[in-house]
Amino acid sequence: MKFETPAGTNPIDQLKVIGKPTDRIEGPLKTTGTATYAYEHNDEVTNPAYGYVVGAGIAKGRIKAIDQTKAKAAPGVLAIVTAASAGPLKTGQFYVDRLLAGPDIDHYHQAVAVVVAETFEQARAAASLLKISYTKTKGAFDLAAAKDSAPLIKQGQFSPPPTTNVGNFEGAFASAPVKLDETYTTPDQTHAMMEPHATIAKWDGDKLTCWASIQQINWGVRDIATVLGIPKENIRLISAFIGGGFGGKGTVLSDIIAAALAARAAGRPVKVTLPRPLIANNTTHRPATIQRIRIGATPDGTITAIGHESWSGNLPGGISETATAATRLLYAGANRFTQLRLAVLDLAEGSAMRAPGEATGMMALEIAMDELAEKLTMDPVAFRIKNDTQEDPGKPGRKFSSRKLVECLQTGAKQFGWNKRQAKPGTVREGQWLIGMGVASAIRGAPILKSAARVRLSREGIVTVETDMTDIGTGSYTIIGQTAAEMMGISLDKVVVKLGDSTFPESPGSGGQWGAASATSGVYAACVKLREAVANSLGVSLEEAEFVGGQVRGGNRSYPLGDAAKATELVVQDEMTYGTLSREYAQDAFGAHFVEVGVNSYTGEIRVRRMLAVCHAGRILNPKAARSQVIGAMTMGVGAALMEELVVDKQVGFFVNHDLAGYEVPVHADIPHQEVVLLEDLDPTMSPMKAKGIGELGIVGVAAAVANAVYNATGIRVREYPITLDKLIGKLSING
Amino acid sequence: MKTFTYERASTPAEAAAASARTPGAKFLAGGTNLLDLMKLEIEAPQHIIDIGKIGLNKIESTPTGGLRIGALVSNTNLAAHPIVRRDYGLLARALLAGASGQLRNKATTAGNLLQRTRCPYFYDTNQLCNKRVPGSGCAAIAGFSRQLGIIGTSTSCIATYPGDMAVAMRALDATVETVKANGAKRTLSLDQLYRLPGQTPHLETTLEKNELITTVVLPPPVGGVHIYHKVRDRSSYAFALVSVGAILKKDGTGRVAVGGIAPRPWRIESAEPLLPSGAKAFTAQLLKGARPTKENEFKLALVERTLAAVLNEAKH
Repeated sequence: MKFETPAGTNPIDQLKVIGKPTDRIEGPLKTTGTATYAYEHNDEVTNPAYGYVVGAGIAKGRIKAIDQTKAKAAPGVLAIVTAASAGPLKTGQFYVDRLLAGPDIDHYHQAVAVVVAETFEQARAAASLLKISYTKTKGAFDLAAAKDSAPLIKQGQFSPPPTTNVGNFEGAFASAPVKLDETYTTPDQTHAMMEPHATIAKWDGDKLTCWASIQQINWGVRDIATVLGIPKENIRLISAFIGGGFGGKGTVLSDIIAAALAARAAGRPVKVTLPRPLIANNTTHRPATIQRIRIGATPDGTITAIGHESWSGNLPGGISETATAATRLLYAGANRFTQLRLAVLDLAEGSAMRAPGEATGMMALEIAMDELAEKLTMDPVAFRIKNDTQEDPGKPGRKFSSRKLVECLQTGAKQFGWNKRQAKPGTVREGQWLIGMGVASAIRGAPILKSAARVRLSREGIVTVETDMTDIGTGSYTIIGQTAAEMMGISLDKVVVKLGDSTFPESPGSGGQWGAASATSGVYAACVKLREAVANSLGVSLEEAEFVGGQVRGGNRSYPLGDAAKATELVVQDEMTYGTLSREYAQDAFGAHFVEVGVNSYTGEIRVRRMLAVCHAGRILNPKAARSQVIGAMTMGVGAALMEELVVDKQVGFFVNHDLAGYEVPVHADIPHQEVVLLEDLDPTMSPMKAKGIGELGIVGVAAAVANAVYNATGIRVREYPITLDKLIGKLSING
Repeated sequence: MKTFTYERASTPAEAAAASARTPGAKFLAGGTNLLDLMKLEIEAPQHIIDIGKIGLNKIESTPTGGLRIGALVSNTNLAAHPIVRRDYGLLARALLAGASGQLRNKATTAGNLLQRTRCPYFYDTNQLCNKRVPGSGCAAIAGFSRQLGIIGTSTSCIATYPGDMAVAMRALDATVETVKANGAKRTLSLDQLYRLPGQTPHLETTLEKNELITTVVLPPPVGGVHIYHKVRDRSSYAFALVSVGAILKKDGTGRVAVGGIAPRPWRIESAEPLLPSGAKAFTAQLLKGARPTKENEFKLALVERTLAAVLNEAKH
């Protein structure tokens, strides 16, 4: 099915199942510990060996030698795989990092060997007996030092043009009566998902099965094939449950390649998990940025010039953090300029992390907006509303498909009690604490991609959905089940959802907040076909057929749905593909974040007191799952604002705090009160589901709202994230 | 993790004797620190003596009105004990500021005293660390030192003692009782227990090989307002940047021990007469001779300001 014109009324609009705050259907499996994650397929693989990945002990250089004598002789050791023994390995399409390095080392903890043994403990003990000698070479680890010589980015699949210009930015900025020119920095961040990267690999002849934790099955198969040089048809990739990804498990990382190579070398299935302390430097992370923002306005608050430049670093050939993405779309302004530069750094690979680009860019832009509002003596909510636009400001005439940023800001301001905010910072006190409020807008692209599904109808009236879509904790199982139930006129308990298996029809997986809208649309397409097959089978005309309450009605008759499969199971497959609507319209999700913080005037301790997000993200398929996504994203935004930073040791060249004791993310006690308002929205330009993604929208702007609240509380403007107390106390006067 | 042998002792003396019998032995109590370090191969004992079943899990009043705390009393039970809550509020508060509920259920009193530093370079076996590999060098001094020590440190090591409970115990003048392999017992103050690093940062305490802490003794309660203020980047489950444990009297006198800044809970009794003069005067004396790095010099101000917050809180 091809979606080419805006959707009309369709079975989804019945909202009997879709749109309900249904508990997640796989929830009981998870709460009872019976959901089988990648490392836990003990029924399918009963005799695994264990692989332990050894990370490089230097940041850059060359392996002189690996003495395997002692490790080979250690108890239980079955095989040792190194680049020298593995044969040629290529890199996949999404990542540039070499997943098993040698002799050259590109970054710290890059995998250099896999030790395989009968038990995990034996593999780990033997791994420490490998004697690896290195020749170190000088590396570049300091983004600030590399900034001035960083070239413009090269345009790629996930990159905007290196430079965008609309009107005459420089001239308009120079002549603007009120202007702001500030630089902001964001640090490297790690995804810190609960489930570490893990794989079980099993070879049957030249056929490879991998149980892994991976967000995009199709990319995974493609990249395993490329890296190992084997045909895609010989690969089966299974990822039924994923304990969080956040972009850190987009496609193939070292665990999969290590497991596959180790299983081949050991001649039996091998389990590999990346130890937590290895993940930050071995896998991918959200790269640090330096961002310069210039905004010019007239005294009434009309933006006349808006410019955003961003610098990030990566391994050679890696992607840039596209921090300017939101600035191109969010606010009006006739004269516009963005630019992205990318330095080469010898740190682990920079890549996607929840709302890549927007999350990082809005950390800066939305502080800048707060700063300019103050210069204009305007309320920051009013300043944002003043500069709303209903069309793509870079492409006049291209309308937003649906955009209620103003309503998000107004609804949030009302519900949060924004009118109690004091415009003058540092004036609200409660004992030792200074209290402040902050606001930020949110915008995140709402991409939708081709997605396929197979649906089966049994004679018992059970509908089974199969697609290689993944559920990374988001609720994919549930919304896909709800979609099929709505389409076929049955209750959710009559639907079985099977995900995360490369033998199922191809979806775009979980990433870029495209998963929900894309995968359910693919299921919609398959169900349309199944409705036709049912009508055919029952001899009912499709135009007359009604699918209601487990029955099919038509021609004054009513049949149980399962009757259509009496003779044989009905199996159909289809995919949803897209025309040009996404080019004709700017399709984005919007929101507003409101935050209240307390700052201890003695110690500078910052504590979030309450938060509110208002989101406008198309049809909400399941308000409970959507709310969970948003509160999780808000929490991650608080982490970005106040504590998350992979600290670069610029001498040694690595992320130092590479475990969950050193890399802090918020705990429950950090966020006492969170609320989410989901504004009603239907976006018929997206797909028949009329839905957009929301999982990434929820993080965008949060950190800036926190930063702005800290400023409102203290009068101290911190432009270097995370905002920690050491950046405040030198300027904070004690009171209380 | 290296292969090791294991035995379970049934009395403190037996545990100490078993340790003397076996080279490279370690006592295992709650295991919340040792097992992690073994998995990372920072600790690699050849033999484990499980002391979990040797008794030492009682809290008893002493004839003079103090409290004897068995070495194996869990952090949870110690924090919840009615006498601790009534008379040693500082200790209860410090305990509850540490770790998580699950860890406090397992962590023991003596084990907590002996927990090792959380310096990230100590934890990464690829990095230079004089504490982990004596004489290898210290990557932390020129590296990421925001969390690390500002006083009592040396040119070999700037690691901190990371815990909370010991800060309270230091302010409370707690002592530890030990037993050696030959059955001899002795009593140590916390300043006698903890060594400063000097050029031998791998030696963290004055305990002899095979010597086992059996009891922590608290002197009779001293009254006053008990405050433990732990400053950290998140609200829970994080090690202190700075923590202040204070017992303050109405007349402004009191005792103060500070955590997060030194290789041991930091208390200078001779500075305490300055407490009535306020946080600035006292802190200047407490931190005399401090040698912070550029990354952690904010702790100088943070100690003073946290103490000021505590003094302010004590007034209200």
